[in-house]
Amino acid sequence: MATVASSMAAAHDLGVKAPTDWSSPAMTRRIRRRYGAEQRFRALGFIAVAASVLFLAFLLVNMLINGVPGFLRTEIKLTIPVNAAALHLTPTQLTGAGREAALSAADFAGVVTAAAVTRFGENGASFVSDTGWTALREAVSADPSVIGKTVTLWIPAAGNLDLVAKGKAASENVGAFRKAYDRLKTDGLVRTGFNSNFLSAADSSDPVSVGIWGAFKGSMLTMFVTLILSFPVGVLSALYLEEYAPRNRWTDMIEVSINNLAAVPSIIFGLLGLAVFLGTFNMPRSAPIVGGLTLALMTMPVIVIAGRNAIKAVAPSIRDAALGIGASPVQVVFQHVLPLALPGILTGTIIGMARALGETAPLLLIGMRAFVGAPPSGLTQPATVLPMQVYLWSNEVNRSFVEKTSAAIIVLLLFLLMMNGIAIYLRNRFERRW
Amino acid sequence: MDMQTAIGVGHNSAATVTTKMTARDVSVFYGAKQALKNVSIDINRENVTAFIGPSGCGKSTFLRCFNRMNDTVASARVDGEIKLDGTDIYGDAMDVVQLRARVGMVFQKPNPFPKSIYDNVAYGPSIHGLARNKAEMDGIVEGSLRRAGLWDEAKDRLQESGTAMSGGQQQRLCIARAIAVDPEVILMDEPCSALDPIATAKIEELIDELRGKYAIVIVTHNMQQAARVSQKTAFFHLGTMVEYGDTKTIFTNPSEPRTKDYITGRYG
Repeated sequence: MATVASSMAAAHDLGVKAPTDWSSPAMTRRIRRRYGAEQRFRALGFIAVAASVLFLAFLLVNMLINGVPGFLRTEIKLTIPVNAAALHLTPTQLTGAGREAALSAADFAGVVTAAAVTRFGENGASFVSDTGWTALREAVSADPSVIGKTVTLWIPAAGNLDLVAKGKAASENVGAFRKAYDRLKTDGLVRTGFNSNFLSAADSSDPVSVGIWGAFKGSMLTMFVTLILSFPVGVLSALYLEEYAPRNRWTDMIEVSINNLAAVPSIIFGLLGLAVFLGTFNMPRSAPIVGGLTLALMTMPVIVIAGRNAIKAVAPSIRDAALGIGASPVQVVFQHVLPLALPGILTGTIIGMARALGETAPLLLIGMRAFVGAPPSGLTQPATVLPMQVYLWSNEVNRSFVEKTSAAIIVLLLFLLMMNGIAIYLRNRFERRW
Repeated sequence: MDMQTAIGVGHNSAATVTTKMTARDVSVFYGAKQALKNVSIDINRENVTAFIGPSGCGKSTFLRCFNRMNDTVASARVDGEIKLDGTDIYGDAMDVVQLRARVGMVFQKPNPFPKSIYDNVAYGPSIHGLARNKAEMDGIVEGSLRRAGLWDEAKDRLQESGTAMSGGQQQRLCIARAIAVDPEVILMDEPCSALDPIATAKIEELIDELRGKYAIVIVTHNMQQAARVSQKTAFFHLGTMVEYGDTKTIFTNPSEPRTKDYITGRYG
């Protein structure tokens, strides 16, 4: 017993313990393992980042290659004798009140087809786009004096000719068009240029004359409604819950509900919108206001959650400082807490709005997938939105729609970039150093 | 320790004293836990009053009762009566926002607003409408910074961020901010605990200069500091006020053994 006691006493004496051997094999192994783990982690991280960059690059390059031709259009130079009799239109009809009716009744399509047949032979009509006659209509509308004369116009070419011009046609069914295109090309009667129509028109059944502006404007109107509803309501809810609401079972329940709302599949918000806005309030179908309301419901919880986190992150000492000098709770909230939390709130808003911008599912249910041939002129007019337009065009059988789909995706991504750019600019403006 | 030499710069027990604030039987509860037990005290207008005691003794809790900062703690409940010039500050006759303008506070950690130095000082006067125009506000800002001994360091950088200053300057900026609304009482909750000795000395000097203009109550962990800056000292322990009296008496001839043990470093 005595020896045990003495050895224990010795063990407690630091002087007796052998000094740590930092270069023993066990230590060296430990160091190697540690370095190995470090390197593996870094390599894995690098691979993960590289993979995501590659995916993104692939997506962007693919979209650009497919989409850029969507911004171009092939046109045919056509000399058209504008015969008043064939057109069923006289210059005098274009001066009075019946102008629009007269323009609608006039047979521009027939005159253009006849000119094409005269110029290019039997198949001539198939070289011109189905909606190519609108170019003549515009020319006549702008200058009625051309009636009775002969005009030379660049008329949009038919989809097949356009595909040939862009080298995208499948050879088996457009052989005739290739020959025709080559002949037109040598005669200098065909050109492929920037399609301004794509940026100014709305949807159409003819891929040659479709435009993205309708969907773009629809998206803008919808986002506008979403933003002006969800941002103030979301921010005020976050401020109230964080700064004023007493902590009790009710606020706990509200918090859980908001967190759950943020995770609800978006199509369910669509059903809600359908039932409430269309069913109960009888609001117009396919309208940006209904789309905006529905997406606002979806975006609000995201803003509330981000807002509450940002408000929580404001140092309590700032609140104390303001209260201590005699600021009222409202002054504390709006003059100190909100400005400091705003960058965080804006970040949450960007995320919520970006999600809303890309959303299609809830909009399907409130009728925004309808064919809308004209840009919406107001919040209650029928409209579609960019992602829905992408979806609609990707469903088309006509091959010419493929490039239009990609072009629409490019526009959608640019819209997203623009929105985020504005938000980041605002965030940096409000960001203050502590 | 030779307390005689450390005590009270310009100790003025002979001058007339008027009572600014009174507390009677004040108890504070955080939920079910009682943090402060039946404390009664008179705060003099002319003096610096120091609250000393070990951590968790309730001195900061008590201090925060004087401008109702405990209202911001949801679980806190204050019993008893505190009066400012005879008006119950927890009664209906007192507006809490005005109370906090009349009873200013300086916190443990310097907490300037993330705004310019000028805006930091001007914030209080602007929300209380104390300046009619820009010139008056400029005057208030300059006067407050001068009184806080910060004017010479700050006059050329009034538009720079208050948070860019050093810790000691920030704390003096916070004092200037409190002075700017022309308070009657200034509460200081361990104002030097985050500062280095030189900055601490400056704040102590400042407290001494402000004495007489404002009733000052300071909570401190540092007994030498209490001895240096205060004329009255209250010793707190475990939620009760053990002893209250002239600083000189407390530090040289305490009547309670617990006070004696604390100031001689037996515990705390």
